[in-house]
Amino acid sequence: MNLLSKRTHILTRLLLTLTLALTFANVTLAQTPAPAAGETPTAAPAQAIPADIAKKLDDLDKAAKSAQMAGDNSWMLTSSALVLMMTGPGLALFYGGLVREKNVLGTMMHSFILMATVSVIWAVVGYSLCFAEGSPFIGDFRYVFLRGVGAEPNADYAGTIPQQTWMIYQLMFAIITPALISGAFAERMKFSAMLLFMTLWSFIVYFPMAHMVWGKGGFLQGTLGGVIPAWDFAGGTVVHITSGVSALVCALYIGKRKGYPNESMRPHSVVLSVIGACLLWVGWFGFNAGSALNAGPLATSAFIATHFATAAAVLGWMFIEWMVAGKPSVLGAISGAVAGLVAITPASGFVKPMPAMLIGFAAGVVCYLMVSKVKQMFGYDDALDAFGVHGIGGTLGAILTGVFATKEVNDLRMGKPMGLVDGDAGQVMNQLIAVAISWGIAIVGTLVILKICDLVCGVRVNGEDETLGLDLSMHGEEGYNLES
Amino acid sequence: MIKLEAIIQPHKLENVKAALLEIGVDGMTVTEVRGHGRQKGHKETYRGMEYKVDLLPKIKLEIVVPNSRQEEIIRKLADAAKTGAIGDGKIFVTDVIDAVRIRNDDRGEAAI
Repeated sequence: MNLLSKRTHILTRLLLTLTLALTFANVTLAQTPAPAAGETPTAAPAQAIPADIAKKLDDLDKAAKSAQMAGDNSWMLTSSALVLMMTGPGLALFYGGLVREKNVLGTMMHSFILMATVSVIWAVVGYSLCFAEGSPFIGDFRYVFLRGVGAEPNADYAGTIPQQTWMIYQLMFAIITPALISGAFAERMKFSAMLLFMTLWSFIVYFPMAHMVWGKGGFLQGTLGGVIPAWDFAGGTVVHITSGVSALVCALYIGKRKGYPNESMRPHSVVLSVIGACLLWVGWFGFNAGSALNAGPLATSAFIATHFATAAAVLGWMFIEWMVAGKPSVLGAISGAVAGLVAITPASGFVKPMPAMLIGFAAGVVCYLMVSKVKQMFGYDDALDAFGVHGIGGTLGAILTGVFATKEVNDLRMGKPMGLVDGDAGQVMNQLIAVAISWGIAIVGTLVILKICDLVCGVRVNGEDETLGLDLSMHGEEGYNLES
Repeated sequence: MIKLEAIIQPHKLENVKAALLEIGVDGMTVTEVRGHGRQKGHKETYRGMEYKVDLLPKIKLEIVVPNSRQEEIIRKLADAAKTGAIGDGKIFVTDVIDAVRIRNDDRGEAAI
């Protein structure tokens, strides 16, 4: 009993101190536009304040900053882990369930191996190319080998978390983006070619795009001096358009799977895909709400926009499929969720919940028509619909961000309109330009990369290996050894 | 001895097992198989791609019994497996030359 009350007492004191510290932190933040500026705010009236009080104030200021960092950092580390969970097991299960049984391991490996490959590239040079200030198109080498990336915040990006946290958070995005592409060339790409492709793709498409949209001085940067400021809260252009459009190029270049569309290519386990899609939904809160880069109200707003958009997208896809095809499929419902998550990604930190639902619903309907009608009209084999969902959903979301962005949610322009609903039609144009640039880089970059891979090792497995399945032919294993 | 090879609907297996036990047939081998006779398959749709699935899941049940009980057992089995709809399955009857119980070398009808 005694021990318990003592503990409660300590806890109460701790809480009180924290509350005080946090209140103070908010005041300092509200007064200082750049929170990481190193000047002492009490410089002028310093003579009037006795030394002991000045010291106390200084201590309080330090305590407040440290409390703010603790709060923000815990959310950002959590978000980083959530975004990694989107790739593995989220995407690995989602894609793994959609392929035939003989390719389940090969498909999961496409996602899993990027968790290792991109991480190594990122530490060596990737982070620097994305986030060091360089030209408007690519960063320079100042952060290679993570030199100078430590506990100090990088105020250009996130002033209240260690730069290391920002760095590891961004890495998780660099991992999932190429993994998304793998849906297009599923069941027929050589493993060696896939590794080479993903490495080159990171350098030629992802790093430049990430730098242009999010890097300091980037061409499309919304707040840090971009030429054409476009809103992309969590990666509609950088992640979903680049990966989705690259996926289409891959599908066209590599060609259809053997036997497509006459042989059965039924998903071997929609069950796995349901689990994967649910993990993606949860992980996406780290992706979008984490993109607020702190644990404040904007993170909540993005979290909520993400959730409602996804819910509406599920219903959108389900109802249109029900109307057109006669049955509301489970695969349709979970695909709708992913389409909604994709579309709300660029908008999540700029729009209110009702527009978010509109964006989600539209994405559900449009992506359904894309994968079930348009794809068959053109006859390309985007095996797992990476283009139909990510390319189209991402494009739709990026444009609608320009429509529904509002200063009531995110006042980046200090009171001036943020999007069409605020009265700035020009933002839609900016979004369109960003979309066009993303499409352009993805198409040209991916074509060049595929050509290189084809010359070096050949991109496609031979017919025999394809018939045998990637699990056995590439990895020497089988996914389900039920007799063992 | 004869062997009865019955292809039946999976959901009728429990019914058939119970019926056979009732008349003292307590040995059987059951396999999950896929196939079709006159029954048409069904249609599945995945993101707009339609697949006609004509090999449907069935259960193959094999029992070896004395010739004398052929009609009685076939009757019992067929009644238990019947729904009256297309897809109920078939029973094939073949002669069995011999049987061996591995444990003690019993032969013929003593082994079944």
